[in-house]
Amino acid sequence: MSLSNVFDIAGSGMNAQSIRINTTASNIANAESASSSVDETYRARKPWFAVMHKSFMEVNANNEFQSIEDGTGAGVQVMGIVEKDAPLQQRFQPDHPMANEDGYVYYPNVNIVEEMTDMMSSSRSYQMNVEVLKTAKQMLQRTLSLGQ
Amino acid sequence: MASINFTNALGVHPSALQLRAARAEILANNLANSDTPGFKARDINFQAVLAGEVNSRNSVAMERTHSGHLSGHSQRDDELLYRNPIQPSIDGNTVDSQMEQALYGRNSMNYNASFEFLSGKFKGMKGAIRGE
Repeated sequence: MSLSNVFDIAGSGMNAQSIRINTTASNIANAESASSSVDETYRARKPWFAVMHKSFMEVNANNEFQSIEDGTGAGVQVMGIVEKDAPLQQRFQPDHPMANEDGYVYYPNVNIVEEMTDMMSSSRSYQMNVEVLKTAKQMLQRTLSLGQ
Repeated sequence: MASINFTNALGVHPSALQLRAARAEILANNLANSDTPGFKARDINFQAVLAGEVNSRNSVAMERTHSGHLSGHSQRDDELLYRNPIQPSIDGNTVDSQMEQALYGRNSMNYNASFEFLSGKFKGMKGAIRGE
């Protein structure tokens, strides 16, 4: 039944967007987390989205089962969280308690403006998926009243 | 003379309803992937698919000559087309969220319309059985 798949698809979209909002929150919260070495500094995190494909088993010419991917997608999946490789901010603050022996402090490569736009984009996308879910629910509810 | 059966009585509406539901799934997938880099928005040509469905009703299912055979599926990938983007984004994503949303809403309205037609057919048949 196609309509019940819409629930899974919209659900996967909402899940992906909530992970994106989570990483944004983490990035903004840690935007000023100073560190005395490059390795320990927090780096901006971004989720990696990919299309989820419907796959099914089919018997091939050699009588073996093989998994075939369908062209229709089954939602979105988060493949993982990746760290941004933009350079860290190095500031000369000799009075800072975290300053290294040369007087430098390292700050994360979080771009607040980028994070804010990301947050707006993901909250809009989340809303959109909710609307899709709502409409699919109404369609399905009507279908249940067929012949009445 | 055409025989009396459900297929003839209900006409195109069950296929249309099913196709609308399938299209809702495709459009929902486009919307869910509106932020996926490289994703290409897809859709079906509703009229062409429905016409094909009506012409070749029941002929697309694979034949099973042995009880151990698996049932074949009839979904053809070439029915699924790629959308021409109006504003493609730099990451290769071709989903225009607003347009997809509008199409989804319209598809849902059409689904309800098909549903009304189908429901009317059933009501008509019920009336015929009761002799009202």
